[in-house]
Amino acid sequence: MAKYLLLKHYRGAPAAVNDVPMEQWTPEEVSAHVQYMRDFAARLEGTGEFVDSQELSPEGTFVRSDGEGRPPVTDGPFAETKDLIAGWMVIDVESYERALELAGELSAAPGAGGKPIHEWLEVRPFMAVSCMITE
Amino acid sequence: MKDSLLRELVPAVIGVLVRRGADFAAAEDAVQDALVEAVRVWPDDPPRDPKGWLVTVAWRKFLDAARADTSRRHREVRVETEPAPGPGEAVDDTLRLYFLCAHPSLTPASAVALTLRAVGGLTTRQIAQAYLVPEATMAQRISRAKRTISGVRLDQPGDVATVLRVLYLVFNEGYSGDVDLAAEAIRLTRQLAAKTLHEEVAGLLALMLLHHARRPARTRTDGSLVPLAEQDRSLWDTRLIAEGVDVLQTALARDRLGEFQAQAAIAALHADAPTAEETDWVQIVEWYDELVRLTSSPVARLNRAVAVGEADGPRAGLAALAELDPALPRHTAVAAYLHERDGDPVTAARLYAEAARSAPSLPERDHLTRQAARLNARLRS
Repeated sequence: MAKYLLLKHYRGAPAAVNDVPMEQWTPEEVSAHVQYMRDFAARLEGTGEFVDSQELSPEGTFVRSDGEGRPPVTDGPFAETKDLIAGWMVIDVESYERALELAGELSAAPGAGGKPIHEWLEVRPFMAVSCMITE
Repeated sequence: MKDSLLRELVPAVIGVLVRRGADFAAAEDAVQDALVEAVRVWPDDPPRDPKGWLVTVAWRKFLDAARADTSRRHREVRVETEPAPGPGEAVDDTLRLYFLCAHPSLTPASAVALTLRAVGGLTTRQIAQAYLVPEATMAQRISRAKRTISGVRLDQPGDVATVLRVLYLVFNEGYSGDVDLAAEAIRLTRQLAAKTLHEEVAGLLALMLLHHARRPARTRTDGSLVPLAEQDRSLWDTRLIAEGVDVLQTALARDRLGEFQAQAAIAALHADAPTAEETDWVQIVEWYDELVRLTSSPVARLNRAVAVGEADGPRAGLAALAELDPALPRHTAVAAYLHERDGDPVTAARLYAEAARSAPSLPERDHLTRQAARLNARLRS
């Protein structure tokens, strides 16, 4: 088994096929979307492939050190240039193919007009901590 | 009562229940219930025969549960067929349990989880911690595995190779959290080796012991990798090495070679060298030839190329490497190493950096990055 991170972006990923902002969906479409995500997570819990999932606030701030003794620097109102992560799900699956299959399924969550969003999700493998003995 | 003794008894007790006709999942649940009771009762009233006590209590728990949810007729059949309790058959029961937990209908991950639970006696929480997944996730994996094999008869002959693959998977997970999976795999393989004379079980046990013996020297305190040639050999566990060599020689003497024996033979040649320079690379290449013949595994071919590079020089190693698929994991790392030894640090530095980008583990990536950085620093000066 290997763990993969499925990343959902607010911004930064290529545009979705069904690219209508969520606030322009009907309330029923929003509910259907949320329910789809919940059902998806619940099903993966059932198959023993679920590790973790969190959603992130759209507001984020870039921070860096400005040298010892100075307050850290935070960036100005340039947020629209950032790649912004909306949330993630961590799965632990038998193969890379299975990770792609699940990401594809998650990408097809229903959106405006009840049609799949076909949004782009990023799939990133976790680095293993243990390693096979190769010497 | 020591936790380890309880864990030793678990597979034998499950095995007895399953042989008496209990479904595997039900037997496992009943044994867990009996263990809880043992922890409660034994400190004040230790049994003379712990295993017999566990069998009796677990069987009662199983019957209680069966009464609650199965028909009267089924129960009567079970009670009728219950054999008289007695010693002598326990060995076979545990052995069958190994085969059941490694059944080919299970995915490797499920087989590993079930083996640790049923044969190893670990708790679901311990297994979940070792694999860094939530306890609920691991509980699901285990219960699905139990469902998958619920119809499997225990008297079917098992496939030793499958059992060994599962144990080797456990061994290679190393450890994290409070359970050392490598040590656990060795404990289980020892148990299995005590029950069967199969040469490859001995071969795997020897391989694990020889690898494990070198573990203290393999990483620095900060977790970074130490290549074999640079390891402090005084840190190797000579007692484990001696035992591994002993187990291996007995297995080889039976003259039925398998891949684990061949791998163990290579590990033994490394363990036997007082310094890296004194390693018998010629013999190691011969064992890799055997290994390639036995498995035709691309990984074995890749390792053989490394050994050829040591025995006959880097040019010969590169020639052996050229015959292999460049997409193989670690192919680039091996190429980097051989090019450096061949006196081409520019190519080597580029390949080390490339290998680092596709390394599958953190310690390995950091090691390869350091190799590239070392060569680049030398090239600049």
